[in-house]
Amino acid sequence: MDQLIYAAEVFLNGLMTGVMYALVALGFVLIFKASGVFNYAQGVLALFAALTLVGIQQGQVPFAHLINAVLGTHIESFGWTVPAFLAVLLTALVMILLAFLIEKLVLQHLVGQEPIILFMATIGLAYFLEGLGDVMWGADIKRLDVGLPQGISDSIETVTDQWFGYGFFIDRLDIWATAIAALLVAALVAFSQFTKQGRAMRAVADDHQAALSVGISLRFIWVMVWSIAGFVALVAGIMWGTKSGVQFSLSLIALKALPVLMLGGFTSIPGAIVGGLIIGVGEKLFEFLIGPMIGGATENWFAYVLALIFLVFRPQGLFGERIIERV
Amino acid sequence: MLYREAGDFKTSYREDGQTFPIRLDRWGYYAILVVAFGIIPFVINDYWASAVLVPFLIYAIAALGLNILTGYGGQVSLGTGGFMAVGAYAVYKLMTAFPDVSIVIHILLAGGITAFVGMLFGLPSLRIKGFYLAVATLAAQFFLVWLFNKVPWFYNYSASGQINAPERTVLGWAVTGPATSASAKYMICLCFAFVLAWVARNLTRGTLGRKWMAIRDMDIAAEIIGVNPLTAKLSAFAISSFFVGIAGALLFSVYLGAAEVGEAFGINKSFLVLFMIIIGGLGSIFGSFAGAAFMVLLPVMLKNLLVGTMGWPTDLAAHIELMIVGTLIVFFLIVEPHGLARLWALTKEKLRLWPFPH
Amino acid sequence: MRTKLIALTAAGLMAGAPAMADLVVPNLSYRTGAYGANGTQYADGFNDYFALLNERDGGIGGEIVQVPECETAYNTEKGIECYEETKDTGALVYNPLSTGITYQLIPKVSVDKKVLYTPGYGRTSAKNGKVFEWVFNAPANYWDGASVAIKYLLDENGGDLSGKKIALVFHNSAYGKEPIRTLQGLAEKHGFELSEVPVDAPGQEQKSQWLQIRRDKPDYVIMYGWGVMNQAAIQEAANIRFPMENFIGIWWSGSEVDVLPVGDKANGYKALTFNGVGMDYPIYEDIKTYLLDTDKASQGGEHVGSALYSRGMYAAVVISEAIRKAQELAGVSDISPEQLRDGFEQLEITPERLTEIGLPDFGPEIRMSCENHGGSGMARLQQWDAAAKQWNLISEFTEPDQEILAPLIEEDSAAYAKESGITPRDC
Repeated sequence: MDQLIYAAEVFLNGLMTGVMYALVALGFVLIFKASGVFNYAQGVLALFAALTLVGIQQGQVPFAHLINAVLGTHIESFGWTVPAFLAVLLTALVMILLAFLIEKLVLQHLVGQEPIILFMATIGLAYFLEGLGDVMWGADIKRLDVGLPQGISDSIETVTDQWFGYGFFIDRLDIWATAIAALLVAALVAFSQFTKQGRAMRAVADDHQAALSVGISLRFIWVMVWSIAGFVALVAGIMWGTKSGVQFSLSLIALKALPVLMLGGFTSIPGAIVGGLIIGVGEKLFEFLIGPMIGGATENWFAYVLALIFLVFRPQGLFGERIIERV
Repeated sequence: MLYREAGDFKTSYREDGQTFPIRLDRWGYYAILVVAFGIIPFVINDYWASAVLVPFLIYAIAALGLNILTGYGGQVSLGTGGFMAVGAYAVYKLMTAFPDVSIVIHILLAGGITAFVGMLFGLPSLRIKGFYLAVATLAAQFFLVWLFNKVPWFYNYSASGQINAPERTVLGWAVTGPATSASAKYMICLCFAFVLAWVARNLTRGTLGRKWMAIRDMDIAAEIIGVNPLTAKLSAFAISSFFVGIAGALLFSVYLGAAEVGEAFGINKSFLVLFMIIIGGLGSIFGSFAGAAFMVLLPVMLKNLLVGTMGWPTDLAAHIELMIVGTLIVFFLIVEPHGLARLWALTKEKLRLWPFPH
Repeated sequence: MRTKLIALTAAGLMAGAPAMADLVVPNLSYRTGAYGANGTQYADGFNDYFALLNERDGGIGGEIVQVPECETAYNTEKGIECYEETKDTGALVYNPLSTGITYQLIPKVSVDKKVLYTPGYGRTSAKNGKVFEWVFNAPANYWDGASVAIKYLLDENGGDLSGKKIALVFHNSAYGKEPIRTLQGLAEKHGFELSEVPVDAPGQEQKSQWLQIRRDKPDYVIMYGWGVMNQAAIQEAANIRFPMENFIGIWWSGSEVDVLPVGDKANGYKALTFNGVGMDYPIYEDIKTYLLDTDKASQGGEHVGSALYSRGMYAAVVISEAIRKAQELAGVSDISPEQLRDGFEQLEITPERLTEIGLPDFGPEIRMSCENHGGSGMARLQQWDAAAKQWNLISEFTEPDQEILAPLIEEDSAAYAKESGITPRDC
């Protein structure tokens, strides 16, 4: 019985972690769907967004280190702090600007190339942004605080304690993350179903050529999609940054999103969410039930093995578009 | 005019089918071989061996291997780091278990063991395609690293899980261990790289290579014309892993001398080798070398330039270096999406016509 | 601008052509990558102490100390590159702050005859100077740390830990696995129950590990972490309301960057240390006068006084004292690596000497010999005060349990000697 309750707790927490993974995977899916680009830089985008957010919030001077090294000055900060809400807004603007530049300087020149070439280009982008983030805001570990609560939820602990005699652990940040992710997905769905731009985006995702021929501007759609992906990266960056501080390792969460993506299918937003949940629950339960027997720290590889098992039965991912091959 | 072909006649199919059909190319190739085998070993020092040439040669072998799988066979792999780890741990176990057998045999055996493991993880490729296949190889990557970290037998029960290469000799010269001279390190890597490049070239232009390319271009069509996807894909995985395993064995035993699996053979290594073949050129032997040179040399050069010559703070230089590498990757892709190999081919094309543009 | 550039980058400018007459102590640092935030502070402390000696005393024994810096990004291959780049410039001693790079360098330094000094990290059994002639890891190593932590817990519990549960949360790498054998030995001796909880690098996501801890309710948690793993673990511990005063990190899990991102909830977290912390030492007046005020501090001096800065400075102190000793022994000021090794082997750092250099009670007493390259292994505990944002020392220097450690060191170094074909020296 105890084991069952523990497993239930692990299951719930796995779901919550899955949402966190899905947040990262969502950005990948958006870009892949609209432009066929497998965006390796999504993790770095999240890091960059979080760095920018903290930088703006704390009134850091961008490129301070570079300026100081070249001019011998001692500027660090403007000496003001920006309210969280405004800082998020400003960061979103920066991400839109970034999306515009990426389209202008990179994607535009690579239209119609093979997927692996586009993938490589995003790797170049990842290198660049990683360096840029550090030069702009410094490589220190920063604390990100936009007012999200963190720590064990007391009410859930008390309630479950009354029901099962064991208080469940649910992190309040995870509850918030789930709510925000739900909101984000709802907003994305509403946007793509009910607005003109959203419909255009779906048209582009379906068929570039056909979309072009009915007068949809591909370039505008791409800028828009990258902006949205940048915004999703910002949300992911806020969540993960609140969890463990803003620093280089934040970019590595992309690796946790890969199995989610493959399991869910590259082209499906619900796929990213469901995939995230399956991976989250799967790896946590495996670590809990089997992990101790084989020495633990299994989460990294088990996520991929789980995705692999699903793919053997559905090679296009759970919700991916059916791969039709003709000779 | 600089690149003359006039008067270079072929009188047999054999001559026409050679790797370097143009005389100037052939001379260039021989000249490079003479320099690589005859001159560099006598002038090389520790810095050049350890910082530049040995990693370049080892990564070139790994890139050759991955290029066979991805460039010729069309199967995307992100498990290179894990397969290199198999090679490294195999050679470590063999070296310590049979100290009297020649290290060359151990390295080849390590390649063989890696080939087997690679084939095992290649099985899902029969069902999963494209980027989705990356998940199978990523599973291999993370699982293998975990395995070598977790099972003490692989690292001979040492306290920390690090493996150390003891000294082994070839023809009386130490090639592993701390006392190895720069030229011995360089020579053993060069010999392996040379032989393996030769093997790769001849495999890829033979029946097997054509089968791989048929599968890469369209597997259903290939199947219809009688290429067995099972043997073609699995042989690509096996041979590719053989190369990668040898690269891993050399990386550990000759270059690093001591290794810890998570650090030395992590996912970054898989990405690095993939970058090399994309930058160098998919489906090209020359591209494997060019890509390896680009990814190994560029950071070293930039570092020496920014820190050594211009005297920047090391952290700023490292960040700027990342930005420059990123920009260059994007720039090269925009200029020539098919890699340095294509760029080289275009240059030759231009040189043939020079100074007349048309 | 000029002064700043020169001060910041003594490294770059001089890496090209250092004058052979100076003492060269390369700083293989990492300021980028996953562990860059930690590496930066350590490197600053290391640079600043030598800069201070140069500015204030004109170097050591009249010789200017050059500290060319080389970025490794915690990557073993870049580490080798840096080593090869600097080794022919007259380098005396290396301190790479990476267990991985240390393992690469151990065989190399014995051939190239360079000193490798790895305070508080690297290969633990290098304490045995009979096998590891060129490697020094005073004042303390990973196993000492584990033992001192257990001793502290013994003190807290009136000398009895039987029946207690202790969990070890560790970085799943060579470094993190180091203390397992020691703790197993100690568990047997003192009758506590040890559970091992590995965390894979990088370790931002540790939910299942901490759920396990919440369920098993260990009395104490000991952590061997590095980089983001530290913050994530302390955050998760706070989330499950694990009492922070029962949570002890090794010295690499005890810097400001590990606790600051967690905020107030990190209050009370403890960590081992083998050096003093805080700005309460006379030497900081000199650092202010000679470095900060003249703009010569590494990276503009923004990390002066942090835990890792202090540790980097401590490493520089030990190296400079060994150089002094070597100069004294050899009778020349421009010493060779061999002479420096002798200096290390006869190094004595007494509390009086520490007071003399402006760092009273900053580190344990060190007394090395030909067979003991690891000093006494003494360490102490520090505790985080979140309100004041500073570490406070809460215990005196404690000796580890050599009864458990000595045989382990003997065994591991013998295994290395056998594997590498080394005949242990006679001491």
